[in-house]
Amino acid sequence: MKEKEYRMASAARGALLFMRGVPNVALGDRVVVRDHQGRKRNGQVIRTSQDVVLVQVFEGTDDLDLQRTWVRFLEQPFELPLSPDILGRIFNGVGEARDDRPPIVSRLTRNVNGSAVNPASRSYPREFIQTGISTIDGLNSLVRGQKLPIFSGSGLPHNRLAAQIVRQAKLPGEEADFAIVFAAMGVSYADARFFEEEFESSGVLSNVVMFVNLADDPPMERLILPRTALTAAEYLAFDLDRHVLVVITDMTHYAEALREVATAKGDVPARKGYPGYLYSDLAEIYERAGRIHDRHGSITMMPVLSMPSDDITHPIPDLTGYITEGQIVLGRDLHNQGVYPPVHVPPSLSRLMKDGVGKDYTREDHPRVASQLYAGYTRALEARNLASIIGAEELSERDRRYLSFADAFEKRFVGQGEDEDRSIIETLDNAWDLLSILPPEALSRVTEADLAKYHKWETGSPD
Amino acid sequence: MGEIIEINGPIVTVQLPAVRNGEQVRIGAIGLLGEVIGLDGERAVVQVYESTESVKPGETAEALGHPLSVELGPGLLGQIFDGVQRPLPVIMEQSGDHIARGLAVPALDRARSWPFEPRGDLSAGDAISGGAVLGEVQETATIRQRILVPPGIKGELVEHAPAGEYTVDQVIARVRDTQGHIHKLRLYHRWPVRRARPYRARVHAADSLLTGQRILDTFFPLLKGGKAAVPGPFGAGKTVVQQQIARWSNADIVLYVGCGERGNELVDILETFPQLTDPYTGRSLMERTLLVANTSNMPVVAREASIYVGVTMAEYFRDQGYDVVMVADSTSRWAEALREVAGRLGQMPVEEGYPAYLASRLAAFYERAGRVETLAGEQGSVTLIGAVSPPGGDFSEPVTSHTKEIVRTFWALSKELADARHYPAVGWDESFSGYVDIAARWWAEQIDPSWAERRTQALNLLAHADELGRIVNLVGPEALSQEQRWVLEGAALVKEGVLQQSALDPVDSYCSPEKQFALLDLVLKVYEQGRELLRLGVPVEQISRLPVMGSVRRAKSAYPSDRVDELKAVDREVREAFDPIRMEYSAAEEKTA
Repeated sequence: MKEKEYRMASAARGALLFMRGVPNVALGDRVVVRDHQGRKRNGQVIRTSQDVVLVQVFEGTDDLDLQRTWVRFLEQPFELPLSPDILGRIFNGVGEARDDRPPIVSRLTRNVNGSAVNPASRSYPREFIQTGISTIDGLNSLVRGQKLPIFSGSGLPHNRLAAQIVRQAKLPGEEADFAIVFAAMGVSYADARFFEEEFESSGVLSNVVMFVNLADDPPMERLILPRTALTAAEYLAFDLDRHVLVVITDMTHYAEALREVATAKGDVPARKGYPGYLYSDLAEIYERAGRIHDRHGSITMMPVLSMPSDDITHPIPDLTGYITEGQIVLGRDLHNQGVYPPVHVPPSLSRLMKDGVGKDYTREDHPRVASQLYAGYTRALEARNLASIIGAEELSERDRRYLSFADAFEKRFVGQGEDEDRSIIETLDNAWDLLSILPPEALSRVTEADLAKYHKWETGSPD
Repeated sequence: MGEIIEINGPIVTVQLPAVRNGEQVRIGAIGLLGEVIGLDGERAVVQVYESTESVKPGETAEALGHPLSVELGPGLLGQIFDGVQRPLPVIMEQSGDHIARGLAVPALDRARSWPFEPRGDLSAGDAISGGAVLGEVQETATIRQRILVPPGIKGELVEHAPAGEYTVDQVIARVRDTQGHIHKLRLYHRWPVRRARPYRARVHAADSLLTGQRILDTFFPLLKGGKAAVPGPFGAGKTVVQQQIARWSNADIVLYVGCGERGNELVDILETFPQLTDPYTGRSLMERTLLVANTSNMPVVAREASIYVGVTMAEYFRDQGYDVVMVADSTSRWAEALREVAGRLGQMPVEEGYPAYLASRLAAFYERAGRVETLAGEQGSVTLIGAVSPPGGDFSEPVTSHTKEIVRTFWALSKELADARHYPAVGWDESFSGYVDIAARWWAEQIDPSWAERRTQALNLLAHADELGRIVNLVGPEALSQEQRWVLEGAALVKEGVLQQSALDPVDSYCSPEKQFALLDLVLKVYEQGRELLRLGVPVEQISRLPVMGSVRRAKSAYPSDRVDELKAVDREVREAFDPIRMEYSAAEEKTA
C-alpha cells in the first residue's frame, strides 16, 4: 500500500472520521484529509481494525461531506523535522511554520510521541536555579530538570510570572543560558503577543522556539502540540546540550480537548467527564522533563494551568500535582490586595528542593529558614483568623507579633517588583529580617547557631 | 500463529485459536509482549505491556504457552526491574536512554556465576519436595539466598551438585518423581505472578515492624506480616513516608514497587540507597533492596502487572525464611490501570468508572501479606504497605474506602499538617492500627512496661487539645482556663518534640524504639510536672517561656539513637528549671495560708 487516497469515510462525528474498508492501517499513523475544495486537514489514526479505521481530525470535521472527502494515509507516525534552525521560529501544533518563513527541512525527524526515558538512565536533578523570585527561590526552589507547574485562576497574573521567570532564570553567579521552548494552547492573541514582545524586549528571541495554538485555532491540535514542543525540547537538550526551560500554557485547554475526543469516542468517563486515562496521558507529557546520565543538557518544565473555579481538587490540577514535582499556587486574595506575584504559600511546594539547596548550592541555613517561614506563616494565619473573630486587641502579645509578621511577610517577602531580580542571598537575608519580628523561643525549626548568626531579636512591643 | 484483528490503545484483538486465558502472547512484527485477558470464540483479547503505536491489523500474533511469570533466583537483589521484570540497566545497554519496544531480556544475568554451597545433610536417594532447601548462595554480604526446590515437585533426589561456581542456568540437582520423570533443578525457577506461592501454614503475626518513625511505630504500629495503607493527597509527603520505611524498617528484604509514579523518585532511591547504611547490619542499604519501576509515563498495562511481579518476588524471599516488606507506590495507579483496561473492554463501570471487581482484586492482593510457616518449616513474612492517592484528597473515593476495609493499619496523611510543614503528616485523628494490643506486648517486653499507657495518654492529650482548639477558634484563647491552656501547650510539645520528625536530619531521620519511648516519656513528664506548677498558681506563660522548653523540643535532633541515656540530662534540666519556681510559689502559698 503506497500512500493511496481513500474516499470511503462512513461517518463523521465531532473531530472523528470513521473509515470503512481500508486494510492494514497502523495505529498512530499520520493522515491528510482533503475536502471537496482541496483544502487539507491533519489527522491521526487512533483506533484501527480490518473493518473500521478511526481517524481524529485536528481541524474537526465541520464542512466535510462523506462523498467528496479524500483521506490519505501517510504510513508514518507524526514526526517533527529538527535542526538548530528551529530556534527563533514559530510553529503550529503539528510543527508547520506560522511565521511566514520557509519550513524546516532536515533529514533528522523524530516521532513526536517520544518514548519513555529509562528510569535507570535518569540522573537526579539537584542544581538550584535562581529565578529571582523570593517565594520560589526561598521557599519552593526550582532545580534543573524539575517539572514545577503554576496553578492559577482566571484573571491572575500567571503569564507575567512565567515571563519574569523566563527573563530571570539562571544558575547563581552565571549568566542566563537557557534555551526556551514556549508551548501555547488555546491562549488569546493578546497573551501570545505578550510573550512574543517579552522575549523580544529581553533579547532572548533567538533562543526561543514557539509552538502556538490560539483560542480560535483548531482545538484538537492542542492534543499534539505539547508533544511536538517537547520533541523540540528533547532535541535541544539531549542533542545540542542546551539547558531548556519549557513553558506550557494552558494545560487546562489541553485536558478539555482530550475530554472532547474521549467523549466522542465513547470512552467511559471517570471524574467530571474526563477519561480514566487522563493521568497517564498527562504523565506522558510531564515526565519528558528531566536530566539524563552523561548528557549535558536538561529539560526544566513550568506548565501553567488555570484551576476551574479556583478549585485545586479539580481533576486537572489534582492529577497534575500527583505527577509534577510540586506546584506554585497563585491566590486570589493576595492578588486582590495588590500583592505581586500573588503566590499562596501554604499549598505551594517543591519536592526537589531538599537536594538542591543548602551548603553546596545556596546557603547553609536555607532549608531550615524555609521550614521556619512556613511554620511561622501558618501560625500567623491562625492568629489572623482569630483576630477576625475576637479583634486584634484581644490577642496575646505573641499573637500580635505573629500578625505583624504575616503582614510584613506578604508585603516584603511575597511581594516584589516585576523587574526585581533578587539574589538568593538577598532573599534569605530578607527572610531573617522578618523572622526577627518573632522571639527566638518561637523558632523551633532553626538551630541555635542560626539564631546567633542571623536573628536580630530586640525585646519590645510589636510595631 | 494468529493474526491481529483490531488495535485499540493497549488492547489488541487477535485471531488465535486454542490460546488460554492468561497466556502470554507476542504481538506484531516488532514482537510486543502481552497477556490474554478474554476469549471470544477463536478470538482473544490481549492487553499489551508496551505501546502499540505503528502496529497494523493483519500482523502476526504468537501464543507463548505460559502465563506471566517471574524468574526467582540469585541476582535479584540490588536490581531495578520494569513492570514485567526486565532489568532496566540491561535495557539501557541495549536501547540507550529511552526504552525501545519489543526487547526480550531475561531477568537474571545468564553469564554471571554464583558460589553454590549444597546443604550438607542432603544426599542422593533422599526424598525431597517443593520448598525444600537444596543449598545456599551468598548473594550479597548480608543476604544468603536459599536455593529452593520449586513448589509442586516431589520425589527422590538423584543428583546433588557439589560446591562450586554455577550460572543460574546450570543444573544443580535432579529429582525423579513418582512417575519416573526426571526434573532438572537450577539455581532459579519460574513462577506465575498471579498465583500466590504455597506455604505450609499461616502463623499469627507477633513481631513489630519497626520503621524508626515515631508516629508510625509508637502511635500506629504495624507487625511483620501485616498490611497497611498510606493514603494522602498530593504534597502530603506520601513518598517520603514510604521511602523512610524502605530505608529504616527492620526487615531483611525491602521491595519498592514504583507503580505509575515519578521517574525522579526512583532515581532518588537509586542514587541515595547505595550510600546509606542499614542501621541493623551496617551494610549498604541497596544490598537488601529490590526495585520494580513502572513510572507514570511507561505503558499502563505493565503497571497493572508490576504489583503482582513485586509481590511474587516478595513471597519467594519469604519462602526462604526472610521477613520482607513490600512498599507499593501507588495502588491508586494500579487501580486506574485496571479501570483503563476495563473501560476499553466496554465493561460496565460502577463507581467513578472503576469496574465492579476492584474491591475483590484489592482484597486478593493484600491477602498475599502474612506471616507463614514455609514449606521448609521455617518462618517468614511478607508485609504489604500500599500508598493510596485519592483524587482531591477525598478519602471516600472507591480505592481509599475499599483499602480502608482491607488493611489493619491506616496511616492517613493530612493536607493541613503538610501545609504547616508538620512532617510526617500522619494525622492522629483519622489513622488507626488494629495491631496495638499485640505490639503492646512487644514494647512491654523489649522497651518499657508503661508503653501502652503512655501512648494512650499522649493520644488523649492530642484529642483534648484538638477539641479545645475548636473552642479557641470560636471564642478566642481568653475563654480557656489555665489548665486548658496548658493542655494546648502540652499537645504542641508532643507534636513538635515527638510527632514531627525530619527525614532530612541525619540525627532524627531514624529513631530507635528506646529513643522513641524516652522522648515520649520526657514530653509527658514535662506536661505532668507543669500541671503541678499550675496547681500552685504559676501562670502558663511563665512555664512556656522557660528556655528549657526549647531544649525539650529540640532533644530529638540533639541526641542520636545510640545516646539515649543522655536524654535523661534534659529531664534533669527540666527539673532544675521547674524546682525554683515550685519553691517560690509553694512558699508564697504557705505564707498566704
